[in-house]
Amino acid sequence: MENWKQNPRVFWTLGIPPSFWLLAFFIIPLGFLFVMSFSDKAMVDGQVSITGYDYLTGITNYVRAFDRLYLGIMWKSVWISALATALCLLTAYPIAFGICFAKDKWKPLLLLLVVLPFWINLLIRTYALIAVFRTQGYVNKILGVVGLGPYEMLYNNFAVIFGLVYVYMPFMVLPLYATIERLDKSYLEASLDLGGSQLQTFLRVTVPLTMPGIISGIILVFIPCLGSFLTPDLLGGANALMIGNVIERQFKAANDWPFGAALSFLLMYATFGALALRYLFMLRSKGVDV
Amino acid sequence: MSDAIVSIRNVTKAFPGGVTAVDNVSLDIAQNEFFALLGPSGCGKTTLLRMISGLETPTGGNIIIGGEDMAYTPPNKRPTNMVFQSYAVFPHMTVEQNVGYGLKVTGVASGEIKRRVGEALEMVKLTALAARKPDQMSGGQRQRVALARALVKRPKVLLLDEPLSALDAKLRDDMRMELTRLQETVGITFIIVTHDQDEALSMASRIAVMDRGAVQQVATPAELYEHPKTRFVADFIGKVNLIDARVHRQIGSKVDCELKGVGRMELASNTLVGGQVAVAVRPEKLKIATTEPGSAIRVHGKVRDVAYYGDTSHVVIEAADGLNLSVNVQNDTRLGGSGVERGQSVWVYWASEDSIVLTE
Amino acid sequence: MAAQLKPGQGPLDYGSRTWLKVLFATIFFILYAPIITLVAFSFNTDKRGVVWRGFTLDNYTKAWNNASLIEALTNSLVIALIATVLATALGALTALLMWRFRFPFKGAYEGFMALPIVIPEICMGVALLLFFVNSGMMEFFVHMPWPLNLGNIIFAHVTFCFPFVAVVVRSRLVGFNRQLEEASKDLGASEWQTFWSIIVPYMKPGLIAGALLAFTLSLDDFVITFFTSGPETVTFPVKVYSLVRRGVSPEINAASTVLIVITVVATVLAMKLQAPPKANKG
Repeated sequence: MENWKQNPRVFWTLGIPPSFWLLAFFIIPLGFLFVMSFSDKAMVDGQVSITGYDYLTGITNYVRAFDRLYLGIMWKSVWISALATALCLLTAYPIAFGICFAKDKWKPLLLLLVVLPFWINLLIRTYALIAVFRTQGYVNKILGVVGLGPYEMLYNNFAVIFGLVYVYMPFMVLPLYATIERLDKSYLEASLDLGGSQLQTFLRVTVPLTMPGIISGIILVFIPCLGSFLTPDLLGGANALMIGNVIERQFKAANDWPFGAALSFLLMYATFGALALRYLFMLRSKGVDV
Repeated sequence: MSDAIVSIRNVTKAFPGGVTAVDNVSLDIAQNEFFALLGPSGCGKTTLLRMISGLETPTGGNIIIGGEDMAYTPPNKRPTNMVFQSYAVFPHMTVEQNVGYGLKVTGVASGEIKRRVGEALEMVKLTALAARKPDQMSGGQRQRVALARALVKRPKVLLLDEPLSALDAKLRDDMRMELTRLQETVGITFIIVTHDQDEALSMASRIAVMDRGAVQQVATPAELYEHPKTRFVADFIGKVNLIDARVHRQIGSKVDCELKGVGRMELASNTLVGGQVAVAVRPEKLKIATTEPGSAIRVHGKVRDVAYYGDTSHVVIEAADGLNLSVNVQNDTRLGGSGVERGQSVWVYWASEDSIVLTE
Repeated sequence: MAAQLKPGQGPLDYGSRTWLKVLFATIFFILYAPIITLVAFSFNTDKRGVVWRGFTLDNYTKAWNNASLIEALTNSLVIALIATVLATALGALTALLMWRFRFPFKGAYEGFMALPIVIPEICMGVALLLFFVNSGMMEFFVHMPWPLNLGNIIFAHVTFCFPFVAVVVRSRLVGFNRQLEEASKDLGASEWQTFWSIIVPYMKPGLIAGALLAFTLSLDDFVITFFTSGPETVTFPVKVYSLVRRGVSPEINAASTVLIVITVVATVLAMKLQAPPKANKG
C-alpha cells in the first residue's frame, strides 16, 4: 500500500468521482433533510401552504415527536424489532450451528438454501405471507380441515413479527455461521473432556466465544427491523404501526415533510446508537473475531 | 495383563468409503506406566488416543478403562483427561478459571475448587499467573495450564497429544524432564502420542509403534532399538542398515543365509520362514578398518561420503552389489576426526550377534 | 444428553443428530413453503382462492398483456442496467482507492462509504425525495422523454448500490499478488498499461459479481424507489405493491414469479463468480 502523496494523480482520479457522488446524492440530501427537520410549513394568507416552508424555525418537530402518541409508536417499533431480532437469533443460531457441523460436501448447499430466500424481493416474500395467513389463506384452510379456526392471523402484531422474522432470519445466519465456523472445535472437546455436559459446554464455552458474531447478527437485523415500513404496512394494517409507516405517511398522505424529517433523524440516531453499542462491545470482547 | 488400566481389544475404526484408520488393534497399558503411541502421520495413533478419551468412538471392539468397557461412553463420563496439541486453553477465562473449569462443571464445592486449583498451579509452577488471561502468556505457559487443568481432576489416565511438538528445542528438553517428573510424582498413567522417536524413547517406559492403523511392535525403548521385529520398526527407530538376504537353510537356532554384497554367514534367528529376509545392523555397531580385519563378517568398499556432526561422523561406504553401509564413527580424538576421507578404500566389519534378522 | 454414543459417532457429530435434522426440515419448510406456493399458484386457474383448479399460463398472458405492468418491468430493467453500469464504475474506483492508498482519515472515509449500506432505507428514500424536489431535479427530469425521465431513480439507485459493489470488488482485490504489478512495471509498462493488462483482468470476476449484485439490488428495490418515483415513472416492485394493496390475485403471483426467477439466476451467477479461485491464481 502506498502513501497517497506518492501518486497524487491516480489518487485523485480514483477518489474524486465516488466522493463527489456521495457528497451530491447522499450527504447533501441528508443535509436538506436535517434542515427540514428544524423547519415548518409556511403560512400563506392564514392557510398552511402545501409546498412552501419556513426553514430553521426551531425544534417544534422534535418536541412533537416526543408526544405521547408518537412516543408510543416509537416504543412499539423498538419492542417489535427487539422481539423479532430475538426470535431470529433463536432460529438462526441452531441453523448456523448445524451447518457448521454438517458434512463438508453439504455445507455450501445448505448455506445457499438458507440464504437464497433472502435474495428474493422483500415485497414478494411479504406478499407470499399474506396468502398464507389471511382468513381464507393456507393455514386457516388446513386448520379448517381439522375443525379449528379460522383465526385472525393478519393485520396484527403477530403477523408483523412473524413477517419480520421470516424476512430477516436468513440474514442473521451468515455472521453466525462465519463466527461458529472459525471457532476452534478443540475448545468444545476440551470442555467435554473435562466433564462438562453438552448444555454446559454450549453455555459456558460456545456462546461466550461466538458472542462477536451474535452481536453482529443482532445489529444486522435490528436496524432494518426498526426502519421497516413495507412489512408492517402489508401485514400489520392499521393495528401495527411502526415508525417507518409514520414517516412514510408524513411524506405522502399527510404532507408534513418537516415532521417526517425529524422522525427520520430520530430513527437514524437510534441506528447510530445501536452501532455505537456494538463498537463498544467489540472493544471489550474476548471471543472469536468475525 | 490383568492389572491393565486401559485394555484395548480388537478396536477398529473404519470410515465409509473404505478408509480404515485403526485396524483391529489390541493393547494393554498398565497402571502408572508412561506409555507412548509412536508412528508416522496417518498411522492411526491420534485416532486411537481420541477413542480412549471418548472424542471418537470405534466401529468395532472394546475399550476397557479401569475394568469397565467404555468404548461408547461419552467423554465427560470417563476417568480420562486430555492435554490437546493446541492446548485448547479457554481464551475467555483466566488461568484460575481454566484450571477450575472441570471441577466447577462437575459440581465440586467452591472451597474445594480453590484448594485443589492452588495445588495444581503449584505443581506446574504457575501460581503467580493465576489471574492472567491466556493471550498474555507464552506457548509453554499455556501448555502448563492445560496440564494443570487436566491433572486437577485426578484422572486415572492422562492423555497427551504431541506434547512437545510445538515447543522449541530448549523448552522441549525442559518439558520432557518436567513431564517425566510429574508422572512419577503424581503416579497416574500417562499415554502420549508422538511422531518423534526421540520423544518416545526418552520419556516412555513402553512404546507401541504403529503404521497404517496396525501395531507393529510393543516393547520397551531398548528392546525396540536392539530387537526390532519388523523392517518398519528397525527403520523408524534410529538409523539402520538393512541388507537384503536369502535364507538357504536352518541349522538349529541359526539360519544359513546369503547377504547381498557381504557373503554367506550363519546368524541367530528364530524364524522358520525361508526365502527373502532383511538383516539389520545399527550404524554404531559397524567399525571401519584401513587394513583387512580378522572378523568373520567383513566388507570391502570405498568411502562415498563423510558427514561431520561434531561428536560423531556418519560415513557412507559403497561396497559390491550396490550395497551402501552407513557407519557412525565416534570422533574420540580431537585431532583425528573420523579418520577416513572420501574415495578412500576401507573395510567394514561387525560382530555377528549385532545382526538382526527381520522377516517382515 | 445421550447415555451412550453410537459406534463411529463422536460427541461433536451434531450433523447426524436427529433433532438437528428435524429442525432443519422444519425451518426449510417454513422458509420455502410460502414462496413455492406463490409460484405454484401463479399457474392456478382459480381467481381468488387457495384451491388448485387447474394448470394454466393465463395469468402470465394476462400479466404480459397488462400494459402498465409491462411498462413498469421495462422501466425497472432499464434503470437496473444503467444504474449497474454507473455503480460498477464508481464501486471499482472506490475499491481501487482503498486497496491501493494510505491516506489521512482513511478510517473515517471507510465509514462514510459504508453509510448508505447502514442507514435505514426509508431515511435515504425521503432524503433523496426532498433533495430532488428542492433542487428542481424532479421537475427537470419529469418532463424529459423516456428514458431520461427515469433520471432521479437512476441517481438514487446508483447511490445505494455502488458501496456494495465497492465491498465486493475490494474483497477480490485483497487476493491480488502485487508482485505481478511490480513485474509489469519492471518490464517497462506504464501505470495505465499495467492497470488495463494486469489489474483489470484480475478484477473481472469481482466486477461481474459486483455488477450482478448491483443489478439485483436495483431491480428489487422498493423503498427508495417508492419515494423517488412519480406517477409517470413506476418500477416493477412499486407497481406490484399497488396491485397488492388491492388484494391477492394470481396475476401478482405470475409477476412475482418472473421477478423471482430473474433475481435467483443473477444471484446464483454472482455467487459462482465469487467463489475463491481454485487453479487460476492471479
